[in-house]
Amino acid sequence: MITTFLIDSLDRRGRVVVALLVALALLVPAGNLLVPEGSAFHVSTYQLTLCGKYLTYALLALSVDLVWGYCGILSLGHGAFFALGGYAMGMYLMRQIGSRGVYADPVLPDFMVFLNWKELPWFWQGFDMAWYAFLMVALVPGVLAFLFGWLSFRSRVTGVYLSIITQALTYALLLAFFRNDMGFGGNNGLTDFKDILGFPIQAPGTRAALFSASALMLALGFVVASAVVRSKLGKVLIAIRDAESRTRFIGYRVEHYKLFVWTLSAAMAGIAGALYVPQVGIINPSEFDPAASIEAVIWVAVGGRGTLVGPLIGAVAVNFGKTWFTGVLPEVWLYALGALFVVVTLFLPRGIVGLWETVVTGRSKPAKEPDEAGEKAGEAA
Amino acid sequence: MTGKAEGSLLYLDDVSVSFDGFRAINRLSLVLEPGEMRAIIGPNGAGKTTMMDIITGKTRPDTGDVLFDGSVDLTRLDEAAIANLGIGRKFQKPTVFESHSVEDNIALALKGRRGALAALFHRRSAAEQGRIDALLATIRLSDKRDLLAARLSHGQKQWLEIGMLLAQEPRLLLVDEPAAGMTDAETAETAILLKEIAKTQSVVVVEHDMTFVRALGVKVTVLHEGSVLAEGSLDAVSANPKVIEVYLGR
Repeated sequence: MITTFLIDSLDRRGRVVVALLVALALLVPAGNLLVPEGSAFHVSTYQLTLCGKYLTYALLALSVDLVWGYCGILSLGHGAFFALGGYAMGMYLMRQIGSRGVYADPVLPDFMVFLNWKELPWFWQGFDMAWYAFLMVALVPGVLAFLFGWLSFRSRVTGVYLSIITQALTYALLLAFFRNDMGFGGNNGLTDFKDILGFPIQAPGTRAALFSASALMLALGFVVASAVVRSKLGKVLIAIRDAESRTRFIGYRVEHYKLFVWTLSAAMAGIAGALYVPQVGIINPSEFDPAASIEAVIWVAVGGRGTLVGPLIGAVAVNFGKTWFTGVLPEVWLYALGALFVVVTLFLPRGIVGLWETVVTGRSKPAKEPDEAGEKAGEAA
Repeated sequence: MTGKAEGSLLYLDDVSVSFDGFRAINRLSLVLEPGEMRAIIGPNGAGKTTMMDIITGKTRPDTGDVLFDGSVDLTRLDEAAIANLGIGRKFQKPTVFESHSVEDNIALALKGRRGALAALFHRRSAAEQGRIDALLATIRLSDKRDLLAARLSHGQKQWLEIGMLLAQEPRLLLVDEPAAGMTDAETAETAILLKEIAKTQSVVVVEHDMTFVRALGVKVTVLHEGSVLAEGSLDAVSANPKVIEVYLGR
């Protein structure tokens, strides 16, 4: 039942996106490993890893779109779920180092030896097993989101107030993870990874595999998100976004619907973070920075909120711009990003995808909503 | 709970609610029989909308009993639970889901399971499709089924909202100013539609438009400052000196 449910879920555009991602998963690693250097089709390891990182950002953007674009929940703290997934992966990678660390302790990671800890804290238990760690990657952000959502949706916290407490959530985690005695490496975070699933993490083959995993996971995330938004549940989510109290008076328990999509979205963000960490080689508290979460919202706005495809485009385009800009004019980047957000909010309420629909195909969708939520985003940011 | 409530569909007894010291509803009592249609009139601020909020679970009364079907205590339930008991509500300002098609608006309101998982795996059955088609015909929007609700005219939105109410198959309909913003012809048609609905369901209509209330030809309750001022036929309450004073005096 689930399989047909997922396959039915894609429209034509969705099939194109999934096909493209699968093609990327095969061709880019091939261009890196098989095509000789010097060929026009060769992909350098630097480019491969950079693109792999963009794909994990795209998955984060997709998760933001699911809650913001379809249910009107403007999360300014999704970076927290991304970072928690990243930390879960980082803990696994730390345990994989084993006795190859500087202090050569077979069990304790270096930073714990440095802090004079004698044994592994309880929450680090089990992270030497890949299956357990990979489960935690989605489970930890999912459970946190469930608790947070259960409390706030039940109390009917909505709009800007909810956005503000999501900011507070990620900021609180930022401060907590900075502390050495939290047991997550404090300021420095987790780094110096050696292996993943027994393969050396720096090896070209492993990097190519991580890229493919990111592309395929993004494709899977896209299929799941499409299935959700095209189901009746997705229609209820849009109804909640447009007229929440009306939806209640029709008999839908709004908080249950919000909680479902919010938890799913957080788990998705966690998976994105877990794929991000082995590719960049480090996870530290700066990933909890509220600004990072706001950036994710900007990717979605730029690409086109409530379109699923848009966030992927937005995440890749904005980050490509960031990579280029911070290389050429590093001090201007934040102003450029802010200006981009203002321009998109004012002139492109449905982002790049909306622009594409109006200009190229002439199909202008008479959607009325994004302006209002865009303004909210502006205020809260 | 109370023997007096037995046999009634909706029973409000000695209900009061205050907002920041302002008594919006003041010892209000009202009984509605099954199958009855009732018009509620009253000047602005009389508490009409607050009364609807109390019945539908949006506002909790400070004191008093609100019973549905003679025994179900509505003050302990939330909006969704009350809606699923069979109380439907139409807002004063037409509220439809603007970025959904007309057909999807009806489909969302259609009586059925309301759980999130049920919705995730829901497939529209032939019976449901038939019901949707029939409702679209009733509200005369069959040819606009694929249109986004945002594109409907004001009057059409009112009708779509009434269609959504009917799709819920409620036992009691609360209708807040259905004729607001309608043309005379639309108003007359709305009166006919409501009378048609009242043959099978109980209806409470809040309305300002006296011609419309006269067209309905039902028992009228006049609210004033949060409590019932008069009750009876429209002619009887219109002749009531207290009602005349409230509407014309001061």
